[in-house]
Amino acid sequence: MAKVTIDNIEIEVPDGTTILQAARMIGERSKADAYVVPPAMCYHSKLKTSGGYCRTCIVKVTKGSEKDPRPMPKPVASCRTNVMDGMVVENTVNPELIDARNGVVEFLLINHPLDCPICDQAGECHLQDLSYENGKEASRYQFERRTFEPIDIGETIKLHMTRCILCYRCVKVAEQITDGRVHGVINRGDVSEISTYITEAIENDFSGNMIDVCPVGALTDRTFRFASRVWFTNPLDAHRNCDKCSGKAVVWMKGAEVLRVTGRKDMWGEVEEFICNSCRFEKKSSSDWTIEGPRKIDRHSVISQGHYTNKLQQKLLTIAAPNDPGIEPFNFNER
Amino acid sequence: MATLKAVTTTEGTPPFSFSAEALAECKRLIARYPDSKSKSALLPILHLAQSENEGWLSVNAMDAVAQVLGIQHIEVYEVASFYSMYNLRPVGRHHLEVCRTTPCMVRGSDDIIAYLEKKLNIHVGETTKDGMFTLKGVECLGSCGTAPMLQCGAKYHENLTPEKVDALIDQLRNEPRTNYTDL
Amino acid sequence: MGRKLLLEHDNKPGIQGLEGYRANGGYRSVEKALKLMSPDAVLEEVKKSGLRGRGGAGFPTGLKWSFMAKPPGVPRYLVVNADESEPGTFKDRYLMERIPHILIEGMITSSFALGANTSYIYIRGEYFYIYRILERAIEEARAAGWLGKNILGSGFDHDIHVQVGAGAYICGEETALLESLEGKRGNPRIKPPFPAVKGLYDCPTVVNNVETIAAVVPIINDGGDEYAKIGVGRSTGTKLISAGGNIRKPGVYEIELGITCEEFLNSDKWCGGVEGRALKAVVPGGSSVPIIPAELYFKTAKFEPRLMTYESLSDGGFATGSMLGSGGFYAYNDAQCIVRSTWNHARFYAHESCGQCSPCREGTGWMEKILYRLEHGQGRTDDIDLLWDIQRKIEGNTICPLGDAAAWPVASAIRHFRDEFEYHATHPTKVKDPKHFEKEPFKRIPKFASA
Repeated sequence: MAKVTIDNIEIEVPDGTTILQAARMIGERSKADAYVVPPAMCYHSKLKTSGGYCRTCIVKVTKGSEKDPRPMPKPVASCRTNVMDGMVVENTVNPELIDARNGVVEFLLINHPLDCPICDQAGECHLQDLSYENGKEASRYQFERRTFEPIDIGETIKLHMTRCILCYRCVKVAEQITDGRVHGVINRGDVSEISTYITEAIENDFSGNMIDVCPVGALTDRTFRFASRVWFTNPLDAHRNCDKCSGKAVVWMKGAEVLRVTGRKDMWGEVEEFICNSCRFEKKSSSDWTIEGPRKIDRHSVISQGHYTNKLQQKLLTIAAPNDPGIEPFNFNER
Repeated sequence: MATLKAVTTTEGTPPFSFSAEALAECKRLIARYPDSKSKSALLPILHLAQSENEGWLSVNAMDAVAQVLGIQHIEVYEVASFYSMYNLRPVGRHHLEVCRTTPCMVRGSDDIIAYLEKKLNIHVGETTKDGMFTLKGVECLGSCGTAPMLQCGAKYHENLTPEKVDALIDQLRNEPRTNYTDL
Repeated sequence: MGRKLLLEHDNKPGIQGLEGYRANGGYRSVEKALKLMSPDAVLEEVKKSGLRGRGGAGFPTGLKWSFMAKPPGVPRYLVVNADESEPGTFKDRYLMERIPHILIEGMITSSFALGANTSYIYIRGEYFYIYRILERAIEEARAAGWLGKNILGSGFDHDIHVQVGAGAYICGEETALLESLEGKRGNPRIKPPFPAVKGLYDCPTVVNNVETIAAVVPIINDGGDEYAKIGVGRSTGTKLISAGGNIRKPGVYEIELGITCEEFLNSDKWCGGVEGRALKAVVPGGSSVPIIPAELYFKTAKFEPRLMTYESLSDGGFATGSMLGSGGFYAYNDAQCIVRSTWNHARFYAHESCGQCSPCREGTGWMEKILYRLEHGQGRTDDIDLLWDIQRKIEGNTICPLGDAAAWPVASAIRHFRDEFEYHATHPTKVKDPKHFEKEPFKRIPKFASA
């Protein structure tokens, strides 16, 4: 076990825990302390070797460990740096670090089109949240932005390379949970892009998870394209028997219609369990799913905007109980 | 940094297969690395493919490389598009790569580039109409003490003057294609 | 002064071949190490020599070697970094072209100390013809029994292979080099783990520069103490300096660390002075190190003579000093424009950024665009502060040192030549001519002029 202090809050964590994980454990222990958790755009807890690229999760280590108390000379990526016993970390309490992070956010945005009004990811976009919390109101970038034509990579996925922040998450999904990766990062420097190089469809049973791990609107669900703003839909935990995946998903409904299906994301916005493409793209009827109840959405999220009156929430919860065979199907028209 | 558009389709490009000698060379290269680490030979094998495909890497050529090494095609595309010496579109018979980085600039590489542009009637990044020369501005080639300079194939042409450029161009017109892998 | 350890025989006939090399005392260090010394004894000599990495960082080589993890049953590797691509540096090319066997000899001796049975030379693709020279030299060495099984009956097996790159400055960063050697994109790895623990194919690996490994030869031949007698303080031994720019005699020179900067630039033994015009500025250690104005090259801010050593060149920190770096020295005369040179540097780093981490990927391109605008008469005075802010936000926030290397030339140019940047913003028509300072040099007022 190692004792680590982040922004003056102490926690004891198992050896081998990263600073980011330790901070998240603080946030999970007490929601009031969740402000110490650094934002992470490229790290994803379910993807090996992810993280370290975007640099938004940088923190300052002011004391390396009990044994070697020297501070680390440069900010470190908290997602890829393990804690040491006695380590002291500064995040929100260090104005210099916040300035550096704001710089990273500005870099991420200089070539981003800021086309949120026409982007399906708006409302659940990590880059939106990040720039809201750490961004400037105006850009100092006065040059032409990098642009790409949106392309269809297969029947179900749209790639808007203009919006991509090159987090590598989708590449890791393709590498780690699908067989036969056909897309990757090509070129280098500021012309790097996510691409299949040749015209090729990404076709395999788990490719849809690339959409879920994409922190921005670079990879979106073609079957949901322009169907609705996410905050007009109603996310419900649901499951079905599936021979390819766990079948545990979130169905996003509008009235009685299932507009889209996604994996379930934890409080840090990262997918808990990857789901297969047939659950995601083919099961678009409410009868395909057993509804468990409303998805817990953070009160501050735009998705919870005007949705859940306490009354409705109560009602949903009483109706839906997971794995109860005697359950009556939820009446979608009642709202 | 602007990159010229790569040819990302097989349409209109000739088929590719390695010559027998090149395949033997591939074998020799792969043997340098531990078993199961044959992917290490990717960079030198791409050089071979480029030399056997008129100086550039078509999709067909890269797919052949993937087959030799038993790796995914995208792994080859990713690598080929990362390194600046791999050409992803056709080039002229002689690829003139003029160093333009600071130590060369200080010694007049801008003048040499301007001279070549005028002489060949093309801009940097373009190929002459007869397909003889492609002109490219490249970053430091490690020849700062003999600047200005250019690389054509494996050869360095150093301490360039307009007269030397004239002589070089005349000489190259009568020579077969130059490649990095030339001995 | 003036001892040569690496280039002593560079003009001897036949030195490129094994026979000529042997005739001039070649492979003695292998004989000595393998027959008379233990691996630890070799390491001890390297530690005693005070040798520091010659690729640019200047990290003590003996210490680096001692970090090598030694888990049983796991192969260890020595990888030689011959991806010399730091602008201004061409010493390794010269050494490998002239005396390829000194590198091979150094590799055998070093690998013996490290317990590595296989080593690789990663050479940049542009040096394809030197790749051939090295391959031939390795063949010769193998045929003569310097490589292979049971070398000199010592029981030590060793083989060397050369891998050729394909054009990427970033592969000079040791973990990017290892990625490239594994046949991947040259993306630097996130550290830790360091190569000494998990390097090539996840095995313990030491990555050293060509010159560093070559220096092991005289260290073992004459002893670490003898090597350490040359030089000043912690800058021991000799260093190859690649001299270029506006000087009379560009070339590769082997200097004893500790000669004065004045002597190096002005003596006919070395650079032979500045060509024709007055000296304006110097980049003393490759494009990544801070550019310094002439007066600060000759004298430190304390008005002491500056020496060609790691410590003296960085005296005064970044405010008034620079770095020895890889020894890629280039001088500017007063016809040169600092803004143009800074733009040129920025374009280089933007071109060479691997694109993995956001500050470097986006920041280097942004700086290049602003500098282009300034240099071509479309800049604004605000651009200077904006540039300063961008470089500050790249520095220290990236995965690998390329971010710092891109930031430092911009920062130092603004620090020392701010008036010239302002001139560009306020005199757009004058700077439209690319040779704007040729007829009329920019008049700057030195901040640290000595009496």
